Amino acid sequence: MNFSPTLVVPELFQFLLIMALFIQSLGNRDWEPHVERWLPFFAGLGLFVSIVSFKSSGVMFYDVYKLDALSQFFKITIAAGFFVAVLNATRQPTLEGEKRSDYYMFLALSAWGLMILSSATELFTIYLALELSSYSLYTLIPLRAHDKGAAEAGIKYILFGAVATALALYGLSYVLASQQTTYIAALATKSWAWADAPMAVVGLSLFLAGMFYKLALFPFHFWCPDVYQGTSNETAAYVATLPKLGAVVILVRLATLLKPGLEITTTLAWLGAISMTFGNLCALAQKDVKRMLGFSSVAHAGYVMVGLVAGTAQGLAAAAFYALAYVAMNLLAFWVISRVASDGRNLQLDDLNGLYKRAPSLAFSLGVGAFALVGLPPTVGFIGKFFLITAAWNQGYNWLVITLAVNSAFAIYYYLSLVRHAYTEDTLTEGAAPDTSAFSVVGAGLLAAVVLVLGMIPAPLFEFAIAAGQGLMH
Amino acid sequence: MLDYGYPVLSSLVVFPLLAAAGLFIIRGEAVVRGYTLAASIFEIILAIPLATYKFSADFQFVERIAWVSQWGLEYHLAVDGISILMIWLTLFTLPLCVLCSWTYISKRIKEFHFCLLFMTAACVGVFTAMDLVLFYVFWEAMLIPMYLLIAVWGGDERKYASIKFFLYTLAGSTLLLVAIVAFRIEGGTFSIPELMQQTFSFRFQFWCFLAMALAFAIKVPMFPFHTWLPAAHVQAPSAGSVILAAILLKMGTYGFLRFCLPLTPAASEYFAPMMIAISIASILYGGAVALGQSDIKKLIAYSSVGHMGFVTLGIFLFNLRGVEGALFQMLNHGIVTGGLFMMIGTVYERSHSRDISKNLGLGKYLPAFMFFWGLYSLASFGFPGTNGFVGELLVFVGAFQNSLLVGLLIVPGALLAAAYMFRVGLKLAWGTPSSAKTWKDLNTREWVYLLVPAVMVFYIGLAPNVFFRMIDPSVEKLLADYHSRKQVAQSVDEHPMQTAARALFGVAAAKN
Repeated sequence: MNFSPTLVVPELFQFLLIMALFIQSLGNRDWEPHVERWLPFFAGLGLFVSIVSFKSSGVMFYDVYKLDALSQFFKITIAAGFFVAVLNATRQPTLEGEKRSDYYMFLALSAWGLMILSSATELFTIYLALELSSYSLYTLIPLRAHDKGAAEAGIKYILFGAVATALALYGLSYVLASQQTTYIAALATKSWAWADAPMAVVGLSLFLAGMFYKLALFPFHFWCPDVYQGTSNETAAYVATLPKLGAVVILVRLATLLKPGLEITTTLAWLGAISMTFGNLCALAQKDVKRMLGFSSVAHAGYVMVGLVAGTAQGLAAAAFYALAYVAMNLLAFWVISRVASDGRNLQLDDLNGLYKRAPSLAFSLGVGAFALVGLPPTVGFIGKFFLITAAWNQGYNWLVITLAVNSAFAIYYYLSLVRHAYTEDTLTEGAAPDTSAFSVVGAGLLAAVVLVLGMIPAPLFEFAIAAGQGLMH
Repeated sequence: MLDYGYPVLSSLVVFPLLAAAGLFIIRGEAVVRGYTLAASIFEIILAIPLATYKFSADFQFVERIAWVSQWGLEYHLAVDGISILMIWLTLFTLPLCVLCSWTYISKRIKEFHFCLLFMTAACVGVFTAMDLVLFYVFWEAMLIPMYLLIAVWGGDERKYASIKFFLYTLAGSTLLLVAIVAFRIEGGTFSIPELMQQTFSFRFQFWCFLAMALAFAIKVPMFPFHTWLPAAHVQAPSAGSVILAAILLKMGTYGFLRFCLPLTPAASEYFAPMMIAISIASILYGGAVALGQSDIKKLIAYSSVGHMGFVTLGIFLFNLRGVEGALFQMLNHGIVTGGLFMMIGTVYERSHSRDISKNLGLGKYLPAFMFFWGLYSLASFGFPGTNGFVGELLVFVGAFQNSLLVGLLIVPGALLAAAYMFRVGLKLAWGTPSSAKTWKDLNTREWVYLLVPAVMVFYIGLAPNVFFRMIDPSVEKLLADYHSRKQVAQSVDEHPMQTAARALFGVAAAKN
């Protein structure tokens, strides 16, 4: 059991943050400084720490915990996402004062679980890390003051989560029984064809179902729109983004088992195709912005599958890159939503009317986010989709690539309606005015800049992702 | 790359974007307009080195650096005889658009000029990009400003029209991206000049041609896909219509010339009869429908469908006269239809209606206006001495060279053009009762922006020689490449339809 603390500085830092938050949560609201005063700085520092340790590599804890390019890529993304989510949540109007420290503690704990998840290379470790991140979320989702809908969303999330977890654990037992190991590296050497190991294939499918639940892939997506709609805007921003990263990193690791042409790979491709089409079609009919984004993330979960079934280093890199792009785009969209709904209400599309006049920079950022989610250049959404298509073409799933391309055409309508309401509708609805403080505008501007700059200059990050992919496929 | 001390093409793409960013820091309506006009003139000054374009088939003003080396993406710009005229057209359209919106656009002026500048950058990018993905980036980026131009500054049904425009064009180009990726996987590069050297299997060409042709046919627009165009044209503001007619429609035909013919020659040959048939249908249908319109803008929009039909017809004749004629028609249609849309904007500012019956009898009160209208009408149906004549004549020569039947079929199209242009022209000039008694004739600003295209109408009409010398080497090379490579690919596969059918039903894999 080799353990070297220098390799896991980001995790340790996050743990210290959790401890500090825990101590503060023991006290009352009179303790100074208030949590939202100091936490953003330390979350920013956490991002810095994780960037600095991007080169860490090694294994520890009897080879169940691996530090490689993939894990560091995701840790940086998670730290960045956590930083933005914390900043976003500091202005949460629907969170009671005395619950603030607890809220941030669970937020940090969930992100910590995801960090551990990105390094886990053994099924039990994966399972534990996943639970760590999920349990924190179960408590976060109902924390929306004076709103019964949030409680309902919380219950839904727990019930779905419990079923998915039970399935995953049950599947794990099958895998262990038939392949006699739970290390991914050892599992990769076994055959995963139905003819050779039917029990293992069933087990792996069930285990994957647990991940699909996190990712909100069809048919495990039912919680997604309801939870986004029920929980507060700021919590939704977190739930919509970071847990997906955790699911993608595990799927990328497990994808080394999924050779193109295997039954299980084809099933994955089908689920991806159905998920994107179903998600996009359902989103067309939505009026609630968060609910629409919920269905949009069902569609995006389908897009990620395109990279996973390609079975090449490029495919895995493309999936990882797309996950990052997805997080950036959604954090941007949710940032704008949270700021526009400055009283914490749920936004309808009509509430965006005339946003260009009331908050021009928020309207512009929303436009950037919407066009990025469609996949229009020059945003990161386009380049991510382009990498997925290029990686998957001629790997046996061309029909899936074409489905992806055609889906962009379905998707444009509802994303465009965000822009349409913000720019061309002038009948204003009742409700609090959008937050146009420097904090709101600068945050939106920076996130929009990230989405645009990564779209125009993707090379450095993508090379990192490629290194991560090659580390798995050598 | 730096023969002139700066990267010419990049500066043409980047300068409008910088100028657009600059709009955010200036204030005042007149200042914004003046600033954009100055920027658009400076953009033309930046393009002066392009006047040294050598009359050869080579790609010139090449700029090439790696973009995403892992994936073989490059930032690669160049011009040749097929694109040079389109770039000039784009550059000269911008100041005219600013001028013709001077009083027409009265709300959200800063955003309007932002869209115009952004649009210009994307259009220059489309015509100069030599990397498939870069091309696609510009191609899609242009949708957003155009959508906003229609959706924000458009007429009463602007929401419907703008969404229809966006959905149609985006839906068409989604498969284009797949085709681009397929070229990369098959050919190993995204570079267009390098892909032009390669020969692909017929089955591959078959599907790639269809994917690309769908995107381009919607953009042109060709007959069954044209329904977005009248809606968009009618609702768009004057400057939006000008850009749409002068530049955006050309991107479709430019795509056919740049991609379909060089990259998929065998499939182009195979589909040529279909494309010719659709082109003829566009010419006749566009003309016939234009004849029945009571809305001037809709009439010109349908006439565009007809005129662009001549362009696609010329391209798929695969002879020198046909392709030359197509390129000329692209330029001419840009100048003439752009001019006509500016005129409609001019008269709309006086009558506040696009209805022919609300704009009767202008001849006595607005003689200058009617002079320009008459001139552009004549050019539009190809009266000798105007630029329209040169382009249309070349396409006719090419069509009769190809087959008597094709030639005869498009004759009624040319007649229809004369009929609908005369019909609207007569009513505008002498219709009674005159609605123009209190209107003022053209002012200086209107003279300026109508005079520039008018000069070009005569210049190209009377002395087209220099334009021939610009485009001929590239057209000849395009056709020579095409004719040498369509046979290579054809000898490989004698049964195209069966191959395609097998590919479709997945039987091919089992048999090979």
